[in-house]
Amino acid sequence: MKIDVLGREAYAYTGGKPFDAALPCVVFIHGACNDHSGFTLLARWFAHHGYGALAVDLPGHMRSGGPLLPDVEAMADWVLALLDAVGVQRAALVGHSMGSLIALQAAARAPQRATQLVLIGTAVPMKVSDALLATARDEPLKAMRMVNTWSISSTASKPGYPGPGSWLHGGALALMRRVQAAGGGANVFLHGFEVCHQYRAGMEAAAQVRCPATVIIGSADLMTQPRAAMPVAEALHAQVITLRCGHHHMGEAPEQVLAAVRAALFAPAAHAKAA
Amino acid sequence: MPGASDPGFDTLSLHAGAAPDPATGARAVPIHLSTSFVFDSSEHAASLFNMERSGHVYSRISNPTNAVLEERIAALEGGAGAIATASGQAALHLAISTLAGAGSHIVSSTALYGGSHNLLHYTLRRFGIETTFVKPGDMAGWRAAIRPNTKLLFGETLGNPGLDVLDIPAVSVIAHEAGVPLLVDSTFTTPWLMKPFDLGADLIFHSATKFLSGHGTVIGGVLVDGGGFDWDASGRFTELTAPYAGFHGMVFSEESSVGAFLLRARREGLRDFGACMSPHTAWLILQGIETLPLRMARHMDNTRRVVAFLAAHPLVAHVGYPELDGHPSHALAKKLLPRGCGSVFSFDLKGTRRQGAAFIEALQIFSHLANVGDCRSLVIHPASTTHFRMDDAALQAAGITPGTIRLSIGLEDADDLIDDLKRAFKVAEKAA
Repeated sequence: MKIDVLGREAYAYTGGKPFDAALPCVVFIHGACNDHSGFTLLARWFAHHGYGALAVDLPGHMRSGGPLLPDVEAMADWVLALLDAVGVQRAALVGHSMGSLIALQAAARAPQRATQLVLIGTAVPMKVSDALLATARDEPLKAMRMVNTWSISSTASKPGYPGPGSWLHGGALALMRRVQAAGGGANVFLHGFEVCHQYRAGMEAAAQVRCPATVIIGSADLMTQPRAAMPVAEALHAQVITLRCGHHHMGEAPEQVLAAVRAALFAPAAHAKAA
Repeated sequence: MPGASDPGFDTLSLHAGAAPDPATGARAVPIHLSTSFVFDSSEHAASLFNMERSGHVYSRISNPTNAVLEERIAALEGGAGAIATASGQAALHLAISTLAGAGSHIVSSTALYGGSHNLLHYTLRRFGIETTFVKPGDMAGWRAAIRPNTKLLFGETLGNPGLDVLDIPAVSVIAHEAGVPLLVDSTFTTPWLMKPFDLGADLIFHSATKFLSGHGTVIGGVLVDGGGFDWDASGRFTELTAPYAGFHGMVFSEESSVGAFLLRARREGLRDFGACMSPHTAWLILQGIETLPLRMARHMDNTRRVVAFLAAHPLVAHVGYPELDGHPSHALAKKLLPRGCGSVFSFDLKGTRRQGAAFIEALQIFSHLANVGDCRSLVIHPASTTHFRMDDAALQAAGITPGTIRLSIGLEDADDLIDDLKRAFKVAEKAA
């Protein structure tokens, strides 16, 4: 659905049902140079199981207009403004990669508004190599191919995302190219990686979070390696779930990610951080 | 297999889409000959039907063996995904029926396989889908033929019967300027000879019966989406960008930014038209694809030997192969098909229909039948078979002479193929 957020039109996928602000809300936040479509299976499942689901396109990404936001802090504020726009006070925040940093920051910015926090494929700090940043600046398509190769751990991801017969390597690369092309001349890919690299407030943010947290790790993740997630997981007193996949968790292991997010959202008390 | 670079073509030919079976450890792809798949619970069943979860329900819609074939072809083409179908014709029909309906229009190359021409020119017209045909090299013609209701531009990478090379970069620009996707039939080239997505095509289909299988055992097709076409920006495709009452009001382009076409093709086209592939067929085609790079290299080596032999033979009037200097697509072939122009081509025997028939009947290694892309060498004489109802004037209009002979060069020893042709030439000479 289209939503006016701070005077600009934004888009959020609602899982195939009209969004109902009276239901428990879950917000899905995508990673760098991606869009809502990495979360459509999850959003669709939660929308049909008692939740109001919002899988957003961040500003400057695909269906959401406006310029790219400058940093994780601004993106977190935008997510909170989006909740205001749809009349939701509290929501579960689920983010992947760059989206995990945005979810973390939003939960720290407004601790009372986050019911649960789920960080998928996260690292704090989320450093990006100078070589990748330089390639992203000078040869974005080459950098996309590099990231795509490092992100997907298998040539046989089952049962396929969004369904059987999908070739994840091809689909993921096509999506990055589409997002980049839709950016109105901006280097959306480079911007996303710079935003991740420059975010330094992650551990301070974790100290502010008050809701239960879950960190979902890919055992073969080369982009945000498992050990890089542990400091923030410990700071959040988070439940840690390790899946057999790389950095493309939702595409490589859709069933396992669903199970993990269900566990996080349906049984939050067991993982609640001490107030 | 994460690493510094993506796996290469040969590796993908063997591994893409397949891993050792988690239940049994089987290394080869199992044949899942099962119509349907057990649900864990009622909730699981409902979520699969509602596309909240990925998985298999019923083999008309998807099947684990077919999925391996689909992923493998998509990997080799560099696409976002694929759908296996009952035949190449079924793949073409699935592409068209997903995007077009009564009142729609298609622009197609004239250089087509006869079955595709029949579908576009006769059968689809009966269902309200009209096609304008343009010569593949006529760029102004392509542009002029596009109408507000045009849904597709279509051509063969190597067109029938003269092997016109489709200028995919140029035609795709024309298509995209109009907000229309370009579909290509890549059967003759396979992804080993050409990667149409890299050149600008949006959709690809194959008759997998031919080179992908290679063994002449099964009929099958596959339809591949590159994932790059922006259906929303086009404004021509409410089939993908507006709620579909036939599937819970789903808006396919919202559901998947790069997989919208395949979602609708599978959820509507396979579901309702039902032209699915048997898992056994998928398995056999997978056996072929495992050796596709090796076979295609040999097909090209043998073809070049035979083409050189024919071009120098005194009883041959003309050889229609784009690697030869005089072919109209020679320059384009050098640019778009550096690995070769396939192993199916025609040549003109100097002589009568009777001599053409005598030539074919004298061949012993070449099999006289109506197929191409087999590992065995094949031959057909259009004037006495596929086009036998035409008089000489009509044949000429179709670019066929009484002496035109079509060959599909297989994997035998090239010397044996040339000896077989020499023997047949002698018999044809005596039949004058």
